[in-house]
Amino acid sequence: MEFTAPDIDWAALLPLIIVFVGGLLGVAVEGFAGRAHRHMVQVPLTVATLVLALAAVVLVARDSQGITAAGAVANDGPALLLQGLILSLAVIGVLVMSERFGGQSADAFTQAGVSVPGSAEESLATRLGATTTEVYPLTLFSVGGMMLFGMANDLILMFIALEILSLPLYILTGLARRRRLLSQEASLKYFLLGAFSSAFFLFGATLIYGFAGSMRFDVIAEAVRTGVGMDGLLVPGILLVGVGLLFKIGAVPFHAWTPDVYQGAPTPVTGFMAACTKVAAFGAILRVFYVAVEPARLEWQPILAVVAALSMIVGAVMSVRQSDIKRILAYSSIAHAGFILVGLLALESAGISGTLFYLAAYGFMTIPAFALVTLVRSSGSEATHVSQWSGLARRAPWVAAGFSFLMLAFAGIPLTSGFTGKFAVFSAAVAGGGAWLVVIGVLASAVTAYVYFRVIVTMYFGESHGDTVVITPSAMTTFAIVTGVVVTLGLGVMPSPLLELTQQASQFLR
Amino acid sequence: MTDFPWLTLLLLVPLAGAAVVALLPRGFARVREVALGFSLLTLVLGLMTALQFRLDSGEQFQLTETYSWIPQFGVSYALGVDGIALAMILLGVVLVPICLVAAWDDVPVGDGRRQHTYFALMLALEAMMIGVFAATDVFLFYVFFEAMLIPVYFLIGSFGGPQRAKAATSFLLYSLLGGLIMLVAVIALYLQGPGGTDGFLVESLTGIQMDATTERFLFIGFFIAFAIKAPMWPVHTWLPQTASEARPATSVLLVGVLDKVGTFGMIRFCLQLFPEASQWATPVVMTLAVASILFGAVLAIGQRDMLRLIAYTSISHFGFIVLGIFALTTVSQTGATLYMVNHGFTTAALFLIAAMLIQRRGSRDIADFGGWQRVTPLIAGSLLVAGLSGLALPGLNSFVSEFMVIIGTFQTYPVFAVIGATGVILAALYILLWYQRVATGPAAPELVTATPDMSLREKVVVAPLMVAFLVLGFYPKPALDLLEPAVQTTLQHVGVSDPVPTDAAAEGSDE
Repeated sequence: MEFTAPDIDWAALLPLIIVFVGGLLGVAVEGFAGRAHRHMVQVPLTVATLVLALAAVVLVARDSQGITAAGAVANDGPALLLQGLILSLAVIGVLVMSERFGGQSADAFTQAGVSVPGSAEESLATRLGATTTEVYPLTLFSVGGMMLFGMANDLILMFIALEILSLPLYILTGLARRRRLLSQEASLKYFLLGAFSSAFFLFGATLIYGFAGSMRFDVIAEAVRTGVGMDGLLVPGILLVGVGLLFKIGAVPFHAWTPDVYQGAPTPVTGFMAACTKVAAFGAILRVFYVAVEPARLEWQPILAVVAALSMIVGAVMSVRQSDIKRILAYSSIAHAGFILVGLLALESAGISGTLFYLAAYGFMTIPAFALVTLVRSSGSEATHVSQWSGLARRAPWVAAGFSFLMLAFAGIPLTSGFTGKFAVFSAAVAGGGAWLVVIGVLASAVTAYVYFRVIVTMYFGESHGDTVVITPSAMTTFAIVTGVVVTLGLGVMPSPLLELTQQASQFLR
Repeated sequence: MTDFPWLTLLLLVPLAGAAVVALLPRGFARVREVALGFSLLTLVLGLMTALQFRLDSGEQFQLTETYSWIPQFGVSYALGVDGIALAMILLGVVLVPICLVAAWDDVPVGDGRRQHTYFALMLALEAMMIGVFAATDVFLFYVFFEAMLIPVYFLIGSFGGPQRAKAATSFLLYSLLGGLIMLVAVIALYLQGPGGTDGFLVESLTGIQMDATTERFLFIGFFIAFAIKAPMWPVHTWLPQTASEARPATSVLLVGVLDKVGTFGMIRFCLQLFPEASQWATPVVMTLAVASILFGAVLAIGQRDMLRLIAYTSISHFGFIVLGIFALTTVSQTGATLYMVNHGFTTAALFLIAAMLIQRRGSRDIADFGGWQRVTPLIAGSLLVAGLSGLALPGLNSFVSEFMVIIGTFQTYPVFAVIGATGVILAALYILLWYQRVATGPAAPELVTATPDMSLREKVVVAPLMVAFLVLGFYPKPALDLLEPAVQTTLQHVGVSDPVPTDAAAEGSDE
């Protein structure tokens, strides 16, 4: 058999190539630049890479839509929009990560990730001025994987993208400067459960391959439509692939890692991960369920509906009991995953555009929310217990106002992006016959609103907490927070342009 | 001048006022004057807007402005008023300056930016309430309906009494829950309607065909939200708690104006958009209304806390309003809408005069008072007048509206009218017992000499309210002329005609 190299549309892959080359350059910087300079080199390099890739998405890749690389990569409207979204979110995510608060290296990351916490090596490394600037290339690789995840039109490529995006995140999770044991525990949990879920995905992929005789989505869709007599493999295959994907968005019952990882990871990483991973994973879910196995919707739609309902209920109810801000945000992310799934289940273009809009809204409120969490300190480390935020509004009115506004957006109050997003997915769902899910959704929203407003009550109406201080961020973090808040407000007041864009981009190439 | 965006301007002036007040430099001494200036400017604009309104216009909405806002969702920025909406907006713009004067000393000057925040929130609230009554797009209405919770929440939670955090949260969650249930109905309503880029306009959604079950579910979705807002028994529990913890000026705006969104919504949305379901639900709604009248009145008699007493009287009065709305006659509904205006003034007077007493005595407990007609004769006298207005004494404002509600209801539902009328007797009990305990009897001599009577500022607060009582009591015709066409339009949408000639409304008011 003769091997013919597939045609590859390099222009469509240009953004990806830029990101990966940027990541490799970052690795080279680690090798050649001195410790003292790495931070100063890596941050501009990373941001420039992301901005350049964003420009490539808008200026180059947009004009070369189509399915390329032997049908493995689909460069279509949803893929482009997801890439643009991931890159924009990654820019502000990286700006938050690079916050130094006047120190020598990024404040959130340990100076010696390999050393045992509290050991002599650790203090030696600290004394010698070690840095963990490898977080920047790791982030870039992860971003590259996320971008590929939403474009993959082939189960094997999707699996590779899943691993590329996940492995750097496992490492990033374990690199917190403070509470290192908690961070490492989170990293290990994330890795083990993530490895399991990857294995499920792979197993499901092989079953689907056994059914359809191909990993490519168009072939799978055709096989499902015509029926090939191996139906026993299809549904288990879909479900197992689904497990792998639903794990990434933290949907119930695959959510157990979310609170621990969100709490243990360095806070800027949590923000980046919560926003960007969710965008990428929902992109992949959309493509698998709308392109590959859409003809078998009667088989999987009820199951996903139950997952959506459980995510909303469990996320909302469990968040009531939380007393740690990061865990509250973690459970809220589970509930939000449920809300987005409700829109996705509408199974029409309104569902796709609603989902994409919600992802944008959620991403731009999550990163600034976590960025604000990094500013509130108590005896040197982050004060994440809700009681430590008591009376914050008097001491830091802007931080409290910003966080409250984001809480309103999380709760879905009108004139914030959260409301527009909820309206988009809920109206798609009602139109698609999912009114019962929407009723669960609004009841869950009411429960989560209680949680968010409890945080606001604590900040505004509580008595001041003794040793909590709010530190002043650098211009870059401030920029990230302000951008997020402005986008959150903008998408609430004037959502038309983005809605227009998501509607135009809601056609998958098959 | 008809194309001039009066309503948008009316919305923007208090909003701009809120922004200006919030951004005034720390330590600026004249924050309150600036806020009052903006509210008076809004009042003038409101009156000018009212002059543009034509009573003989055939259109349902006047002064309309329609711009596409979110075409993807079918949402327009559409404002317009009918007589009822205009009356509510006027009530709001009149009460806000009064409340600002009443709240003059609520927050001390020297406490950082707290005073800025307090007055900015009041102005923001004014903008929201103009918006909610002027919106003629269901989505836009919903946006204002939910967004106005936020300033109220902070007004209660940041500036209220000791239990403020709990009161604010319970107020917010109750309202939010109702609102979210309504959201499902709002979405489903759009899908029932013609859709398109302006599918949320009230015009587009009026008179659409849908099957009876869907219509009933949608009616229930809207009605629950409005019943919580109004509030009606049995979803009223947030109100006494909120009213007793909030500052009286906040309570006035909340109970006097914002809660009218509930009854206003019943007329504008429940009746107009779901006429068949409204008739289907009438017996249940009337029962709840009568229950609210009696329950509110009986509990008001038993209250020891003045502010809670006023809150319960409001629940009773809202029962009358809902009774009049759902009796579906021109007389009862005109009476109910007039009652919405009258209740605004009466409640404002009761809350603000009670606040004067509470501030002087340092207690909300009625038992701590006694003989205050000798201590502060002016305040006690005004309390009596406001109370008599509350119990609907002939010659004062509430009498006209309460009488119209009862005779209008009697035309179609005599039993409900008779039971509801006993609420009038109970009203006399709770008002007169309250006055008796506060104002009559022996007074502590040290209080008589040490307690100042009404100050000039307080007279400025009370005087316009007294004028409103008398004007609306003796000459309600202009108000009735404003309200009646809107009521008739609504009843046409519902498809009912009066059992007696509609002239009865004019006769009933001219006695």
